[in-house]
Amino acid sequence: MQAAVTGYLFLAILALSFIAFYVGRTTANRFVAEQGADVHSRPIYHGAFAAVWVGLPALVLVLLWLLFQGSIIDRLLLASLPASLTEGASASRLSLYLSEIKNVASGRVFSEPSPEVIAAAERYQSWQMIAQWAMVVVALAVAALALYITRARMAPRFRARQSFERTLDIVMILSAVAAILVTIGIIVSLTYEAIQFFRLVPPQEFFFGLNWEPQIAIREDQVAGTGAFGAVPVFTGTLLIATIALVVAVPIGLFSAVYLVEFADDRIRGIVKPILEILAGVPTVVYGFFAVLTVAPAIRQAGGLMGIGISPNSALAAGAVMGIMIIPFISSLSDDALRAVPQSMRDGSFAMGATRAETITRVLLPAALPGIVGGVLLAASRAIGETMIVVMAAGLTATLTANPLNGVTTVTVQIVTLLIGDTAFDNPKTLSAFALGLVLFVVTLCLNVLALRIVRRYRERYE
Amino acid sequence: MNMLTDAAVETALEGAPESNAVKMRGNKVNVFYGEKQALFDVSLDVRENQVTALIGPSGCGKSTFLRCLNRMNDTIDICSVKGEITLDGEDIYNPRIDVVELRARVGMVFQKPNPFPKSIYENIAYGPRIHGLASAKGDLDGIVETSLQKAGLFNEVKDRLHEPGTGLSGGQQQRLCIARAIAVSPEVILMDEPCSALDPIATARVEELIDELRENYTIVIVTHSMQQAARVSQRTAMFHLGNLVEEGPTDKMFTNPEDKRTQDYITGRFG
Repeated sequence: MQAAVTGYLFLAILALSFIAFYVGRTTANRFVAEQGADVHSRPIYHGAFAAVWVGLPALVLVLLWLLFQGSIIDRLLLASLPASLTEGASASRLSLYLSEIKNVASGRVFSEPSPEVIAAAERYQSWQMIAQWAMVVVALAVAALALYITRARMAPRFRARQSFERTLDIVMILSAVAAILVTIGIIVSLTYEAIQFFRLVPPQEFFFGLNWEPQIAIREDQVAGTGAFGAVPVFTGTLLIATIALVVAVPIGLFSAVYLVEFADDRIRGIVKPILEILAGVPTVVYGFFAVLTVAPAIRQAGGLMGIGISPNSALAAGAVMGIMIIPFISSLSDDALRAVPQSMRDGSFAMGATRAETITRVLLPAALPGIVGGVLLAASRAIGETMIVVMAAGLTATLTANPLNGVTTVTVQIVTLLIGDTAFDNPKTLSAFALGLVLFVVTLCLNVLALRIVRRYRERYE
Repeated sequence: MNMLTDAAVETALEGAPESNAVKMRGNKVNVFYGEKQALFDVSLDVRENQVTALIGPSGCGKSTFLRCLNRMNDTIDICSVKGEITLDGEDIYNPRIDVVELRARVGMVFQKPNPFPKSIYENIAYGPRIHGLASAKGDLDGIVETSLQKAGLFNEVKDRLHEPGTGLSGGQQQRLCIARAIAVSPEVILMDEPCSALDPIATARVEELIDELRENYTIVIVTHSMQQAARVSQRTAMFHLGNLVEEGPTDKMFTNPEDKRTQDYITGRFG
């Protein structure tokens, strides 16, 4: 009911905007007919100006109204409850009252509610209704008022174009700010939960402890470990797998880029490049079962032939498949970097009597190095944050090892397993996921910023 | 038309005041870019320790001819060269000739300064390194210093040899590129409009340098500036639409050209 009315209200505001557009344009058309070339802006700008100024304020008002209506009504409700109920009650007790009242109001009655609650539910319903219609009336009044004011401001010399474009500027700035705000919001929520975690587990244990066993008893009578939150094995596991991925991806990606730029003719490039880009589009879950069902058994078998015992979820299998996944990042960024080296560098080198190989290793690669390094860093940040492949192919136990044939776990795998199933948000097991997430976020953010800085500095050079 | 051209060349040769030995010789050179023919039966001699200027309107084939002299056209897939070009009497398009060795003997300076994104020192050391000219570190330092001195750049950059070559001014960069070409001790230096991206003062420096280099090197220069051709060259060859119109001592070409097209071009009637 509430949602439906709000929806119609949005439609009504939109309709008013359209009307404003036509009013604005018609008015301006009349100016043009009367005054000719003396009209400052073209009629369409008058229309757009009116539409924006009728639509936006009403829209913003409705959004703010919806944002605050709920909490205001909640407060009024609590205030209206008899003192005998609210006196000395805890915050969670109060929120329980509120949800009971709302349940009763919407007809979901589980047990016989007390008369106070029934009375409150009735009040709640009527207040909801009042608030809703008040919002409709106020919003439409604002839109109508705005239409009147904008119409009154219209004049032949009115700078409608400038005003409209300034408004658009503001809208664009707000969009950019929204993206930044979301990022800040993520950081804040992660940090908040991580701080909760660090209240329970000292940071030095988390950052320097060598033992990771997050299984702790949820209930008093449960048999489980006491819990150990030394994240070092998790970090080293992540690093091990990411390193294997880079060891696989960097040579293949770089060599394929050099081949595509310096040796391949157009026909071959037209075939190979799209195929490389298909790799980037494969869903990571597909890579995951490729790792589990194909690569890991193959590695295990090969190891068996040589008499080496290899864990079924070895870091090697997960890392190698992740390496294949990030090849396109490295090859396409290196490709761009090599292509951006001006032809005059190649000519200069060839004219000195350099061979193709000397030109590539001594002039082109050094000149393209910043771009290539940027690509590798971006790929590394992708590899560290990659989840699906490792969830499927890497292990769950955190082992502190540098042997790629052992099973290791990664930060992302731990986050997933910690948050699956019944979770209580006041015990360190669950909260540790946020601490891990924060570390992951900070590391990948730093890698990305660094990579982008390097790439950008390089781009400036030849322009 | 070719008859006329050959006749013009012969006349010019007879009229040459001092005839140095022929260093490079093009004999009926034809160049094709795919289907399109860019040079038609061009026969031209380049004399030792002289500056030969190639002039003519844009698209006349003078740069194409220049790039044939050290086989830079090899890097263009669709380009094919027919005819004979010799260096000290040896055909440079003979399959036995190693193009790497050829380019070490016939260096090139380009229209736009193209220093590598390395330090000044590394720019000069590049050629000697890839050709193994310096065995000890001291040798390399010596080559770098003499090359920079010959290019008249040493005093300006001696305190910042390890700073990037791209940080120099345009004129300095071009002299750096000339120093780079000199560093492998070539016999011939080809210059493709080396001053077209420079201001008049930097141009004057480079022209002065070209005149000094003539003592030790044979130079072929492509230029769009008549004045430059007149100032720096001893012999001039005029190209038009892929043909060699006329060739001869620069003095004669500028005062008393045989061909009407040369006269029109020099006096600015076309081009």
